[in-house]
Amino acid sequence: MKEDDPTVLKAEYSPSDGWRLTKIESSPEELTRVDEAEEKFTQQELPACKPILTPGLVITTLISIGIIFVPIGLGSLSASEHVVEIVDRYDDACIPSNGDDEAAKRERLSFIQNAKTNKTCIRNLVVPKKMKHPIHVYYQLDNFYQNHRRYVKSRSDRQYRSPGSEGDTKTCAPESEVDDHRPIVPCGLIAWSLFNDTYGISTKDNPILINKKDIAWPSDKNSKFGSNVYPKNFQKQDPVGGGKLNESLPLSEQEDLLVWMRTAALPNFRKLYGRIETDLEADEKITVVIQNNYNTYSFDSKKQLVLSTTTWIGGKNDFLGKAYISVGGTCLFLAIAFILTYVIKPRPLGDPAYLSWNLNSATR
Amino acid sequence: MAGGGIRAKIRRSSLYTFSCYRPRTSEEEGPHDIQGPGYSRMVYCNQPHLHEQKPLKYRTNYISTTKYNILTFLPKAIFEQFRRVANLYFLLAAILSLTDVSPFSSVSMIAPLAFVVGLSMAKEALEDWRRFIQDMKVNLRKASVHKGDGVFGNRPWMKIRVGDVVKVEKDQFFPADLLLLSSSYEDGICYVETMNLDGETNLKVKRALEVTLPLDDDATFKDFNATIRCEDPNPSLYTFVGNLEYDRIVYPLDPSQILLRDSKLRNTAYVYGVVIFTGHDSKVMQNSTKSPSKRSRIEKQMDKIIYILFSLLVFISFISSIGFIVKTKNDMPNWWYLRPPDKNNLFNPNKPLVSGFYHLITALMLYGYLIPISLYVSIEVVKVLQALFINRDIHMYDEETGTPAVARTSNLNEELGQVDTILSDKTGTLTCNQMDFLKCSIAGAAYGTHASDVELAAAKQMESGNAFGQSEIELETVVTSTDENERKPAIKGFSFEDSRLMNGNWCKEPNADVILLFFRILSICHTAIPELNEETGDLTYEAESPDEGSFLVAAKEFGFEFCKRTQSTVVVRERYSSFQEPIEREYKVLNLLDFTSKRKRMSVIVRDETGQILLLCKGADSIIFDRLSKNGKAYEEATTKHLNEYGEAGLRTLALAYKNLEEAKYSAWNEEFFKAKTSIGGDRDVMLERVSDMMERDLTLVGATAVEDKLQKGVPQCIDKLAQAGLKLWVLTGDKMETAINIGFSCSLLRPGMKQICITATNEATLSQDPEKSVKENILMQITNGSQMVKLEKDPHAAFALIIDGKTLTYALEDDMKHQFLNLAVDCASVICCRVSPKQKALVTRLVKEGTGKTTLAIGDGANDVGMIQEADIGVGISGCEGMQAVMASDFAIAQFQYLERLLVVHGHWCYKRIAQMICYFFYKNIAFGLTIFYFEAFAAFSGQSVYVDWYMLLFNVVLTSLPVISLGVFEQDVDSEVCLQFPALYQQGPKNLFFDWYRIFGWMGNGLYTSLIIFFLNIIIFYDQAFRAGGQTADMTAVGTAMFTCIIWAVNCQIALTMSHFTWIQHLFVWGSVTTWYVFLAFYGELSSALDENAFRILTEVLAPAPIYWITTLLVTIACNLPYLAHISFQRSFNPMDHHIIQEIKYYRKDIADRHMWKRERSKARQETKIGFTARVDAKIRLLKGRLQKKYSTMSASTVIQHQT
Repeated sequence: MKEDDPTVLKAEYSPSDGWRLTKIESSPEELTRVDEAEEKFTQQELPACKPILTPGLVITTLISIGIIFVPIGLGSLSASEHVVEIVDRYDDACIPSNGDDEAAKRERLSFIQNAKTNKTCIRNLVVPKKMKHPIHVYYQLDNFYQNHRRYVKSRSDRQYRSPGSEGDTKTCAPESEVDDHRPIVPCGLIAWSLFNDTYGISTKDNPILINKKDIAWPSDKNSKFGSNVYPKNFQKQDPVGGGKLNESLPLSEQEDLLVWMRTAALPNFRKLYGRIETDLEADEKITVVIQNNYNTYSFDSKKQLVLSTTTWIGGKNDFLGKAYISVGGTCLFLAIAFILTYVIKPRPLGDPAYLSWNLNSATR
Repeated sequence: MAGGGIRAKIRRSSLYTFSCYRPRTSEEEGPHDIQGPGYSRMVYCNQPHLHEQKPLKYRTNYISTTKYNILTFLPKAIFEQFRRVANLYFLLAAILSLTDVSPFSSVSMIAPLAFVVGLSMAKEALEDWRRFIQDMKVNLRKASVHKGDGVFGNRPWMKIRVGDVVKVEKDQFFPADLLLLSSSYEDGICYVETMNLDGETNLKVKRALEVTLPLDDDATFKDFNATIRCEDPNPSLYTFVGNLEYDRIVYPLDPSQILLRDSKLRNTAYVYGVVIFTGHDSKVMQNSTKSPSKRSRIEKQMDKIIYILFSLLVFISFISSIGFIVKTKNDMPNWWYLRPPDKNNLFNPNKPLVSGFYHLITALMLYGYLIPISLYVSIEVVKVLQALFINRDIHMYDEETGTPAVARTSNLNEELGQVDTILSDKTGTLTCNQMDFLKCSIAGAAYGTHASDVELAAAKQMESGNAFGQSEIELETVVTSTDENERKPAIKGFSFEDSRLMNGNWCKEPNADVILLFFRILSICHTAIPELNEETGDLTYEAESPDEGSFLVAAKEFGFEFCKRTQSTVVVRERYSSFQEPIEREYKVLNLLDFTSKRKRMSVIVRDETGQILLLCKGADSIIFDRLSKNGKAYEEATTKHLNEYGEAGLRTLALAYKNLEEAKYSAWNEEFFKAKTSIGGDRDVMLERVSDMMERDLTLVGATAVEDKLQKGVPQCIDKLAQAGLKLWVLTGDKMETAINIGFSCSLLRPGMKQICITATNEATLSQDPEKSVKENILMQITNGSQMVKLEKDPHAAFALIIDGKTLTYALEDDMKHQFLNLAVDCASVICCRVSPKQKALVTRLVKEGTGKTTLAIGDGANDVGMIQEADIGVGISGCEGMQAVMASDFAIAQFQYLERLLVVHGHWCYKRIAQMICYFFYKNIAFGLTIFYFEAFAAFSGQSVYVDWYMLLFNVVLTSLPVISLGVFEQDVDSEVCLQFPALYQQGPKNLFFDWYRIFGWMGNGLYTSLIIFFLNIIIFYDQAFRAGGQTADMTAVGTAMFTCIIWAVNCQIALTMSHFTWIQHLFVWGSVTTWYVFLAFYGELSSALDENAFRILTEVLAPAPIYWITTLLVTIACNLPYLAHISFQRSFNPMDHHIIQEIKYYRKDIADRHMWKRERSKARQETKIGFTARVDAKIRLLKGRLQKKYSTMSASTVIQHQT
């Protein structure tokens, strides 16, 4: 439709005739903006921006990505550099038998499963660099499938939230209730398998306090776990899984449990144990007293203690910076490649000589 | 009945055609012996109440073409939905999601399925509702029915019962199959137009039984009673067997008494008839086949992709399950924290195979995100919107009739962009079936200054050709200019303009006597009847063919007004000059030798007022020239020359001749003629023909006429454009070969200089023992010769046209010959099939469709095109004309043929690209998403846990990524509509399938694979064990999943933004809105979910958003995912650009405005090598002239004196 044509067609739907276009005779002034917009829409002539990837645009884009990415990458790398981390694997050191044969394995298991043996284990560590507080204390497990479907599903958020839903344990199988059908609080495999190694840290016989407050997410404490829900029948019946809970504390204050209940995405994971609120100097020797209670010996798993500081990107994470630098580098490389090819084989934009019919006739 | 008064008195049968003299053989045979099965129908005429109970209760006249009714809708529509493999899979998954195997909550499986299926069903319901409305329009048409006591009243069609007596008036449709009782003519004949049934435009004569003729008044039906016993409903249009028992005498009935539903009463004031077959029993409804459900090529290919994805799904499920079995059997017993064994055997290390089997089901559901559940429904939504655009395109809206284009089925939109061959009907589609008297040649002098469409264009072309130089002709103006000075003939059927003949000036011409004779032949030699329009006092003519009508109009304009016909006379009002009073002259018609397609001529023998007996003859030029006397050839040479010119201009020509007869000679001949026409027996026709032939000899040539078969508006231009877009056009017509060839000329499908390969069946071979075999051999030989000729042709510009008639086609379409025929046809630039039956049209269409494997489009307007329309990949019906059959069967309905250009070149092109890109993108995004779930399994002991929260996944296809892809499918334009039309060559991207070939599809799938890898591993490596916040917290599964999902949303939405080249505010809103929706959803859901017992509580506000690493990971992953695609398309565009890229650039830099000359030049070059259409015609002419010029030049330089004849 030409722009100066004052007639406008309006489509109307009526059940008897289907779509009909009716002509509205009207002067241009009478046309409302709505009509015009509607017509533009139905005639598919809405104003549109039609960006095209000109070499200039592409090169600019690539270079700017490169220019943005490389500094971010460098920034992340330097942040990662600032992180001081101590990782200590203690699972095989804190157990009497370390053979690979069946007997040794059995011995390890009987050691860890026996509640009466003394499982205290002392580890000496050296601080490589000055660590500023807060220093985060983590335990790290390997080959532990917290993301297994059977495991992930075995919980009942309702039960954890309010005492009224105590019996809401359908989803918690097979750790839902004790034999006389009283519900277990907190129910489910996750809670049942609570990690229960403990760490005590000291320097030159001065104990360092590990602050276990505020290691869980506030929302967990405030909303997801009830402050009036107390553990019941927990670990009261064989088989006993992991750690026990203090029955006098409500779930919302059992922060270890709360941390544990946030299941990890991968079988290798770290979980926050606590924080040290004092600085550790470089080359300082620290002693860790570990109660090695948790059974990771049934399956081949590593237990590690991690002390780490953090920066804005969190813990030590060189990969992020490297990835940024390589993506930025790739962009710059592509930009250069693009410029070079363009210099060697330029194509003027909008040159009709490249239209297929012109190319065909040239080859003919 | 007005105006019919004079005519009704004439007994037409005695006036006309020797066929009417035929003794009624059937009456002598006695009633048909119709006992036994197949002849059980009893009809009690005028007693419809008897038909209200079984067994005489027949089907009502209510017709329904809907797929469903209220009761059957739900089960049937649901069944239809789940016939799609993908939907069935999702249904099973939804059912299984209620059990423990399910990896997801059941609502997240059922909700999207219900949404998707519900939407599709709603669309079905809407479409069916429209069909219902169409049906009701027909059902509620009014017909006049006998209500008892000789009173007739109106009743809707659907209420008409078997046995009713109905009265049908002129130009009305018959509401059911009727037995003709009587008509306004005394002898009970009536004229019927069966265009809706078989597409034939000539009128058919139906004749009532002698015995029912007295029933010609409303009152006579008061006591009318009769019984019909006849055949059961069947689809055969041309047969009918039955008996009428009336007054206790049984009369046989045959097809000539039957008036079929949907045919139309013409030239007859009214008829009475008894209803025999109603509704779906009627022959036309019996003939209607269920319209086949058509699927587009892209959709079929899409199915294959879905199968590929299904295989992938099953494959990775098996891998998972094997992994699961291994893990469960070997490792799980050691995982005390899982407390194996499991009572339910879902995770039981002691029964790994059982658990493995359950896991397989779980896995099949888990990886279901590879199959885009919303694909079908999104495509449907997109197609409905695309169809809406087609329906509301103003450029395809016919203002005269008020009909817009209608996409009747929306699932073929993209097929419009891939058409290779168009099969077109002629009458009503290419032509309006209206003739215009344009030129004549009288006594060797050519009259008529008006140029035909074709001439006009050629002339313009030559002008511009000379001005510009040969290569840079601007075709555009030429092709469109004819539209602008569209001449509107003041008189319908008359476009003649020449002052030498008009207003009586012909008297001053040198051969005035011959001219007088010429006009007399025009006004006397015909079979038409004048009809007085009482309001205006004008005469209109009802002629058997439109040619004849145009002659009469012409004669009237020249001053020879045919004004009255009686039983044996013709009265012509002759006016010799404008100021003279007209003189009425009466000519006594002695004999009338009818026109048949075999004779190709007609003659009348008249006695004028002076007593002179004259034979006036008009006929095909070749026939007339053979019959000229020695003295009658005075003007032969000049006339031949004119005839050739007319033919070249695309006009239909007839030669006129006369002969003076002596009384004695005439009476001798007349005796013989009378003997012949009253003879009985098989050789009667032969005798008649021989006798007529004796008379039509030794004629004197008077002149020739040239009539333009009016093409529909814009047809030649449209054909030209379509040819430039690389489409092939076949014309399939029921018309005669000559007519078809003429039309071929006028719409530039044929042109002089084209080598015509005519294949016809010869009758000479009957001598041999096996006539059929020899005919076949003969045809095969013709085909092989033709192919040989095409092969041996050296000239690259040589064009061939194949012309074949229906009879030959029956043989050519047989299995053993059809491939040779097809090969020849494909090599020819244009193919014209004439005299083809509706069934043959369908067969030819099928041959092209299956033989070439390319997409075919059939276009037609009549019921005879229905078969072809249904058979073709796309059927287009011309609406606006009478009759809805073609439209009802079609997939698209347009008002005029010329809109086909826009429908294909603009909408087809767009829809094809849109749908192709959309589907590719769909697979990309689902692969990108689905595979991340699979990778995660490897890290979750293949337990079937997903890293994402169920709700994310539920929303992924249905909400978060659906609108952008819909906006791509609805609004994407690579170039705007004007450019599409200006560069028809762009259309070829569709038929070549550049946007949906396997290379591209696998490219997209590879892109999806890459994206999934990047998203998963970058996120996992960044988040897996280290603290991700300054507070030292580590990421749990929900946090990792949410971060990953954020990356997916960003990556796929940026990807679609890169794919699009046309951004209106809608695209921006949808694409960026989707990303925003994700964050809004997440924030909202995070607040909600403490009630939904999920882990995602405050995931965004508390956990992720404060962590800078979350945002910079999103940025990193998004860029990394899209970088290869960006690099690919920019390198592609820069170093290997496609046509639309260049045009986009030209437009972008406004080079088209800066350099108009270049733009025009490219427009004229942007076309496929074409051998049909205006452009080709002009090219050919230019080549010819060039060649001539060169020759002349060379001969001149050699100073020879050889003159070149043209």
